[in-house]
Amino acid sequence: MKSKTFWEKNRRSEGYLLRRRSKEIAISLIRGLLLFGLCFMIISPMISRISMSLMEEKDLYDSTIVLLPRHVTLDNFRVVAKTTFLPTSMLNSLWISLLVSFCQIIATTLVAYGFARYEFPLKKFWFACVIALIVIPPQTIQSALYRTFTRFDIFGIIKLIKGAPLNLRSSIWPYVMMSLTCMGLKNGLYIYMMRQYFKGVPESLEEAAYVDGCSTLRTFFKIMLPDAMPVISSCFLFGFVWQWTDLFYTRNFLTGYKVYSQQLSTVVDRLANELASTMGASQTIDPGRQLQLISVGVLICCVPLIILYCFTQRTLVESLAMTGSKE
Amino acid sequence: MSKKDKKYREHWYSGITEAVQMYVPGNKQYHTIAARRARIGTLFILPFIIGFLAFMARPLIISMQMSLSQYTILTGEMKWNNYHNFKYAFTGDPDFNRMIVDEVGRMLINVIATLVLSFVIAVILNQKFKGRILCRIIFFLPVILSSGVLPGIETSSSSYNLIVSMGQSMEEASGVNISAALEDLLSVSGVAGEVFDVIFQMIDAIYDIVMASGIQIIVFLSGLQAISHSLYEAADVEGCSAWEAFWKITFPMVSPLLIVNCTYTIIDFFMKNDNQVIEHINEVMYGVQMDIGVASAESWIYFGIALVFIGVFTLIISRLVKFYE
Repeated sequence: MKSKTFWEKNRRSEGYLLRRRSKEIAISLIRGLLLFGLCFMIISPMISRISMSLMEEKDLYDSTIVLLPRHVTLDNFRVVAKTTFLPTSMLNSLWISLLVSFCQIIATTLVAYGFARYEFPLKKFWFACVIALIVIPPQTIQSALYRTFTRFDIFGIIKLIKGAPLNLRSSIWPYVMMSLTCMGLKNGLYIYMMRQYFKGVPESLEEAAYVDGCSTLRTFFKIMLPDAMPVISSCFLFGFVWQWTDLFYTRNFLTGYKVYSQQLSTVVDRLANELASTMGASQTIDPGRQLQLISVGVLICCVPLIILYCFTQRTLVESLAMTGSKE
Repeated sequence: MSKKDKKYREHWYSGITEAVQMYVPGNKQYHTIAARRARIGTLFILPFIIGFLAFMARPLIISMQMSLSQYTILTGEMKWNNYHNFKYAFTGDPDFNRMIVDEVGRMLINVIATLVLSFVIAVILNQKFKGRILCRIIFFLPVILSSGVLPGIETSSSSYNLIVSMGQSMEEASGVNISAALEDLLSVSGVAGEVFDVIFQMIDAIYDIVMASGIQIIVFLSGLQAISHSLYEAADVEGCSAWEAFWKITFPMVSPLLIVNCTYTIIDFFMKNDNQVIEHINEVMYGVQMDIGVASAESWIYFGIALVFIGVFTLIISRLVKFYE
């Protein structure tokens, strides 16, 4: 019935309808193929990691096995968990990431609000500094920061009191200080994003609050913050995720803590050392086995993030799309 | 309020006199509303000012100083030795030059490919079709999965190359590798080799490119969503085809975002963990050599190159692109 009407309509429109319909179908087919291919490419390493992590070692070298392991085992997880000091390192990662991203978000929100709403001398200069913060790779100042924090001092005050500058290198304080002053990982980007958002909020909202006698801070907390929650939370999420997987700051400032990302980056070497010390020097780990252990480690690292992402992806994507459009 | 405030924003340096008038009590301007607001605003961005001066500007100066001097870690002593570190980086270090050239080449290919790919994907994701949300979830997954330690960890393993080369030789033997077969075919038939080499490099690196383009897709997507629908309707009424509409409306409206994305891609690429120059610098700093002077000289060179490329790309794109206010 329906097809008949379609052909009927088609005849009346002198073939235009058919042409349009076939074009639509062709486009959606090509689009589907392209998207399927790309999506598959993104997901496939994850799938192969999962299957690899469940295999026994002999399955790795069996060329008839592609994805489904023949001998399922959870032993790999046990080995990796033991070498990366799992419960401790994961908990450390968790509280450090939470603390750091919380500090960063407080600081960057305040700064972004200041940039979006207030006029003050040298504003352009300071904003250029924010851009510089995004552009300058932290590797450039790595060695200098290292030096700053091994001999930490505020204008010589600490030296006056204690007699010598503090060595803060293995404690968490340097990083907390940097986070509280917007110098953490990619903080320039957060400032930029949130400023973009705050600029889009109509100024009359605050003016109304001022007229009714609301103080500056109260206006900020009662009127601006609740509206900005999606952006703030997505920045918080970014901060958390990037901190969770970060290696640069971890390696430089958090050497005193067992953090998961740091453990993960050296898992194979340490396992090899351990084997060498217990079984004799000749013992080494096969290449395939090494790769398997790494993928188990990566999997352990990713799973919490993926779960988190599944719950929050909507706010994340939408709020980002929102901030960008107000260029 | 805004008109009065804008007066002193002509140049960044013209703020200094105003700063004195507004921050120092006793001046005539000190009690105006504008000055009060300026002080409040400065309080808001105070954390950033402190942080920037203490943990960015000062370390930058120190590291510049370090790169120009001989630094001994144990004593913390710095001895000025002119441009020796820079000279060493270019002429003495066996790997540095080669790595820089390699990375820059890889960067150029990656940046162009990333921009094109993320733009295409953003255009596709902006259309309405079934499963769009699922596709979005998957495409933004790399934002999470390719950060920090994760991207480089498998390739940095010493055995990785061995396994990859084993896999490649297997593929070549069995003839499964399509891109290699195509490459052979094309080179036999005598089609221009150089261009295809670049394209095949892109194809081989497509996984890395897709993994690195999450943020860029988001940026383009937000730009696409900001285009008002009435533009397309007007074009459609005038008899514009979808292809023309794409080049005449979509592309020009989104192209200012090319600069943002380009800058982001370059920085992202230069700062990745699996980057061999970064690895090399780390090794010089913490490895056997322990030479912080050379390490900071090398990172300055590296940063300088990144800046030059950002500048060049921005210049080229801003020439090509029209800005719509």
